[in-house]
Amino acid sequence: MIEVKHVDKSFDGNHVLKNVSAVFEDGKTNMIIGASGSGKTVLMKSIIGLHRIDNGQIEYDGRNLPDMRMKEIRLLRREVGMLFQGSALFDSMTVLENVMYPLEMFADTTKEEMEARARYCLQHVDLKEQSYGLPPSEISGGMQKRVAIARAIALQPKYLFCDEPNSGLDPKTSLIIDRLIHDITVEFNITTIINSHDMNSVMEIGENIIFINKGEKAWQGSKDDIFHVDNQDLNDFVFASELYKKVKKANA
Amino acid sequence: MNIFQDTGKYVLLMRRVLVQPDRWRMFFRQFPKELEKLGLQSLPIVIIISVFIGAIMTIQTKLNTENPLLPTYSTGLVTRDTLLLEFSSTILCLILAGKIGSNIASEIGTMRITEQIDALEIMGVNSANFLILPKIAAFVIMMPFLVIFSMAVGLSGGYLVGVFSDIITTADYLLGIQYAFIPYYVFYSLVKSLVFAFLISSVAAFYGYYAVGGALDVGKASTNAVVNSSILILFFNLLITNLMLN
Ligand SMILES: Nc1ncnc2c1ncn2[C@@H]1O[C@H](COP(=O)(O)OP(=O)(O)OP(=O)(O)O)[C@@H](O)[C@H]1O
Ligand SMILES: [Mg+2]
Repeated sequence: MIEVKHVDKSFDGNHVLKNVSAVFEDGKTNMIIGASGSGKTVLMKSIIGLHRIDNGQIEYDGRNLPDMRMKEIRLLRREVGMLFQGSALFDSMTVLENVMYPLEMFADTTKEEMEARARYCLQHVDLKEQSYGLPPSEISGGMQKRVAIARAIALQPKYLFCDEPNSGLDPKTSLIIDRLIHDITVEFNITTIINSHDMNSVMEIGENIIFINKGEKAWQGSKDDIFHVDNQDLNDFVFASELYKKVKKANA
Repeated sequence: MNIFQDTGKYVLLMRRVLVQPDRWRMFFRQFPKELEKLGLQSLPIVIIISVFIGAIMTIQTKLNTENPLLPTYSTGLVTRDTLLLEFSSTILCLILAGKIGSNIASEIGTMRITEQIDALEIMGVNSANFLILPKIAAFVIMMPFLVIFSMAVGLSGGYLVGVFSDIITTADYLLGIQYAFIPYYVFYSLVKSLVFAFLISSVAAFYGYYAVGGALDVGKASTNAVVNSSILILFFNLLITNLMLN
């Protein structure tokens, strides 16, 4: 469980996060949603400590991140996996080497065991053997996301962060990736946090949803509640597309 | 953009770079690749430039000093000392600052803007150490070999002038490059080149590591890396020359 309490963050006078508090639960796909520029990525990067926050607490099962020294943060991060907006695969390594990298850096097992673990993770995300020897630039965007997920779970993380996991993917592939993240979360009981502005993902896997509006937490709830909320900003966000307007009409 | 702020940031970065790697095994996997990329792959440009400069310097010196009072060995001597003192260290490093500096800055800068550095940090890796230390170590170790190589090739360039033209005889040239040889000059050149190698690789890594934005900014970072490491080379050249030759 990750608890965020009264977090503030600004960049040179630009107040991006304003007194944000939220709870992210184990074994659930927690989602941070909001319009472009609302501060989702900044919130996520603050939670992991890539940005230093100005005020507040970020507790990983009781351990407060802002109090930690760099060394402790590094140790904590070995329990963290992250999926970046652009996959962030190492382009000087092959697919298999990418997944093996965190193991080689931190696991105390033999090379054979590492490779076996990497192959297990790659199979788990449905990646075929033929692509293991290729550099990331030679596989499709959807496959890159899969590799990135495999790399993120290689060290069996307790916490998984996904920044817009389906940006740049077609709707069908997006769905597959969303479900993959959800299944992994449940299977390994991970605290997963997903950034998204895609309502399809929200409806598919949103269990604990936090809506960020202009840097403030404006709402928190589940996907079942999201259609019946009396919050203008949230409604504007949810029913931005014609499709969801129609869904709303049909429901009414 | 503040020079003091940047210097402080550079020092802090170097403190993260110059520590023991998390895993030596990973360091030694990266290190030979860098030796090849930064060292061996620089050989062709070192050869081409050194041989031409050696030849041209011999021709120019001879043509511009047509004074019967000057001894015949003077051309070889001037060529040799210029190569040993300045060309094969300072000028060569200025050229390599362009090649190696832009290479390192753009490689690390690209990793920064595509979030690969963030990915390393998230794993708990000291990204500065993992990415930068092998490059600095490899380039600093290769540099003396490149310098010695440049000296040898440059001297052969002058010799070729003797062989292929009537401007100077090979006998005069060979006498000149051996006349009053001071081995300390080679040592001085090597010391300088080690400092320059460190400057080129670390300054380029600094600009790449702190690149922000997109592809255009990576280009800017690599321009900044080349310009600023060149200025630093000239400045340190003055400093070291004062210390070692005065
Ligand atoms: N490193 C930074 N330095 C200064 N300002 C930043 C930085 N990162 C983000 N910001 C600012 O914070 C605000 C929120 O940005 P953020 O990237 O969190 O938005 P987002 O909700 O993730 O948007 P998107 O959905 O487009 O990814 C923006 O106004 C941005 O300019
Ligand atoms: Mg974002």
